[in-house]
Amino acid sequence: MTVESNALVKAEAPRTVVIKPVNGWAALNLKDLWVYRELIYFLTWRNLKVRYKQTALGAAWAILQPFLTMVVFSIFFGNLAKVPSDGVPYPIFSYTALLPWTLFSKALTDAAHSLVQSSHMITKVYFPRLILPLASILSGLVDFALAFIVLFGMMIFYGMMPTANVWTIIPFVLLALITALGVGIWLSAMNVLYRDIGYVLPFLTQFWMTLTPIAYPASLLPEKWRLIYALNPMTGVVEGFRWALLGSAASAPTGMLAVSTGISFLILITGLYYFRRMERRFADMV
Amino acid sequence: MSDIAIHAENLGKQYIIGQRPAAYTTLRETLSTAFSSSVKKLGDGRGENNKFWALKDVSFDVQQGQVLGVIGRNGAGKSTLLKLLSRVTDPTEGRAVINGRVGSLLEVGTGFHPELTGRENISLNGAILGMKHSEVERKFDEIVSFAEVEQFIDTPVKRYSSGMYLRLAFAVAAHLEPEILVVDEVLAVGDAEFQRKCLGKMSDVAHQGRTVLFVSHNMSAILRLTDETIVIEKGHLAMRAPTPQAVDYYLSAGFSQEGQRTWLPDEIPADAAPFKPVSIRVRNPQGNVVDTLRSTEPVTIEIEYELDAPITGLRVGMYLLSMRGEYILTSFDTDDPEQFDRKSIRKAGHYVSRCTLPADMLNEGRFMIAVNASTFRVKRYFQDEQALTFNIDAAGAPGMHWPEPRLGPIRPRLTWNIEEV
Repeated sequence: MTVESNALVKAEAPRTVVIKPVNGWAALNLKDLWVYRELIYFLTWRNLKVRYKQTALGAAWAILQPFLTMVVFSIFFGNLAKVPSDGVPYPIFSYTALLPWTLFSKALTDAAHSLVQSSHMITKVYFPRLILPLASILSGLVDFALAFIVLFGMMIFYGMMPTANVWTIIPFVLLALITALGVGIWLSAMNVLYRDIGYVLPFLTQFWMTLTPIAYPASLLPEKWRLIYALNPMTGVVEGFRWALLGSAASAPTGMLAVSTGISFLILITGLYYFRRMERRFADMV
Repeated sequence: MSDIAIHAENLGKQYIIGQRPAAYTTLRETLSTAFSSSVKKLGDGRGENNKFWALKDVSFDVQQGQVLGVIGRNGAGKSTLLKLLSRVTDPTEGRAVINGRVGSLLEVGTGFHPELTGRENISLNGAILGMKHSEVERKFDEIVSFAEVEQFIDTPVKRYSSGMYLRLAFAVAAHLEPEILVVDEVLAVGDAEFQRKCLGKMSDVAHQGRTVLFVSHNMSAILRLTDETIVIEKGHLAMRAPTPQAVDYYLSAGFSQEGQRTWLPDEIPADAAPFKPVSIRVRNPQGNVVDTLRSTEPVTIEIEYELDAPITGLRVGMYLLSMRGEYILTSFDTDDPEQFDRKSIRKAGHYVSRCTLPADMLNEGRFMIAVNASTFRVKRYFQDEQALTFNIDAAGAPGMHWPEPRLGPIRPRLTWNIEEV
C-alpha cells in the first residue's frame, strides 16, 4: 500500500491518501511513522505498564534475571571452570556483558511476537505496522536502566572506576537495539506467516548467547578468528561495553565494532524492506 | 474534486481460498503445499479455481459531508470494502483516493488491554484510533460520562462488566473526530438503552457534516441515518440509490426466493464444519412451499442440514426479525430440556429441524428468518442473519374491517371481553 500524503501540514487540513495495490518491493514509508509517533509512545508505555502487572516482585525481575545469571556464571564458569576474565573480577566481567545481552534478547523476543500478539489490532485498524516491533524494543530500555544501577553498585563494591570512555555505551546500546530491531522485524514478519518462529526463538537466543562472549572473553579466540567472530553484532556490543566500563582492553575493539555495526545495519535495512513487502498481507494472514 | 471525500475506482480484492480461513501456516505446510501444487500443476494445470474475488470492480464517489449506507448479505464484501478504505488491507486492483483523515470503527475496543485502567485504555485506544493525545485529553470527561463509568475509571477494565467494557469502548470511538468515519455494525453492542444512545450519537455525527460510511444489517438504522445507500452483492456494486429505494431492492429483489433458500457452497464458511446447512423453507398448512402465507394460518419452518460428524449439545434454531431488523423471537430445536437431553449427541447424518409458528401470530408484512447452529458457549457453527424472507398476508386477521396498517410486528387474536360495570 502506498500513501502519497502531505501529512505534515496542519491537523485541520485534510490529507489525501491514495490506496492502490503495490507490487514488489515497496518504498519504505517512514514518514507515516512520524505521523504516528504518539502511538509509538503509547504502545511502549502500555508494554511497560502491563509487563509486571500481577507479579509479586514487579520490576525487580528486571534486575533479578541478569543478576541471578551472573551468580550462576560466576560459580560455574568463574570459580569452577576458571574461565579467564581479562583481569577483571569475574562477576562484574559477566554482569557487564549480561546487561546488553538481556536487553537484546528480551527486545528480540518481544519484537518477534509483537505482530502476532496484536493481530486484533492489525485486522481492525490502520497504523504503520512497524510501530509494534519498535515499541516492544523501546520498552526494554527501562529494564536495562534498572539493571544498570546494579552494575554501578557492583563497581563500587569492587572498587572499580568507569573509564573515561563510559559515554560510548550509548552508541553500544543503540547498536544492540538496532540489531534487535533488525532481527526482530525479520522474525516478526515471518512469524505472521510461519508460527514456527515461536519455536525457533528460545533456541535461537540460547544459541546466540553461546556465540557471544558473555561467559568468556573474546580474547579467548585466536586473533585471526576475531573479525569473523564479530559477524555476530552482539560481539561488538559486549566487547564495547567491557571496554567502555571496565577498561578490559587497552584499545577499543575498533575492527570488531566496524564489522558488527556493518552487519547490524545490513540486517536492519534488509529487514525493513522485507517487513514493508510483507506488511500489506499481514491483515489477511495473521 | 475537492468536494469528493472518497473516490473509489474499480476496487478489487482477491483472496486465495484456504489462505483466509486457515489460522496460520507452518513452514512444513508451505513446503508440502509447494510440493503438492507443483504436482497438481503437472496433473491438470488448474491453479485459478482456489482464488476468489471478495470485491470486484467497485467504483463510487462519496461527497464531502455525505452519509452513505452500505448494505449487503453476509460475505457480500462489505467488510472487505471497509477494510480497504480504512487501509487495513490493500486492494489487489483498482484504486481509491481519500481526502481527509479516516477514522475506522470496524470494531470497538481495539487494543484495549484488560490490565490497564479505564483511564489508561482511553488514552491508548484513542492513540490507536489515530486521535492526538491533546484531543483525547480534551474529550476525556465527555467520554467517561457518555460511557457511564465515572466511578470505575481507575479500575482495570478486566474487572468491568461486559456492558461497561463495551460502553467505554464505544464511547472512545464515538468521540473520534476524523473528517471521514467508517463504521461497521458497532451499534450491535450493549443493552437496548445503550444501543439507543449509540444510535443517537451516530446521528449527531451524521448531522455534523462529517463524511460517514455506515455498514449495518439494521435497516431501521440505515433508513434513519443515511440518505443514500449502496448495495453490495457477491463482491459487486449492485445498486446505488436513495436509501428507501436501496433498502427495498435489497429486501425484495435480493431475497424473493419463493419461500425456499438453498445455500451455495461458497456461502458456507469453512469453519462451519461439521455442520453443513442445506436449505431452509416455509410451508403453508397444505404443505406447499410458498413465499406468502396467511396471518390466520400456521407457518411451518424447516431447516435442512447435514452433519459430517457428531456434535454434542447442538442447537439449531432461528431468529425471526421484522424487515427493519428488530428481533421478534428466538427459538431453538432443543429448547425443550427433555428434547435437549434426548438429542444431546446428534450423530452424523442428514436432518430437518422443523417448527410451526401458530396461526394468528404475525402481522402483515415481510419477515426475515435468521439461522443459527451452535453449541451454547462453545462454538457457533453457522449463522446466517438473512437466511430467508417470507410475506404475511393479513386477510382474515383481527381488525381487518378497518383498512389501516396496524403497528407492531405481531397480530394475535386476543379475546376481548366488554363488560359493563
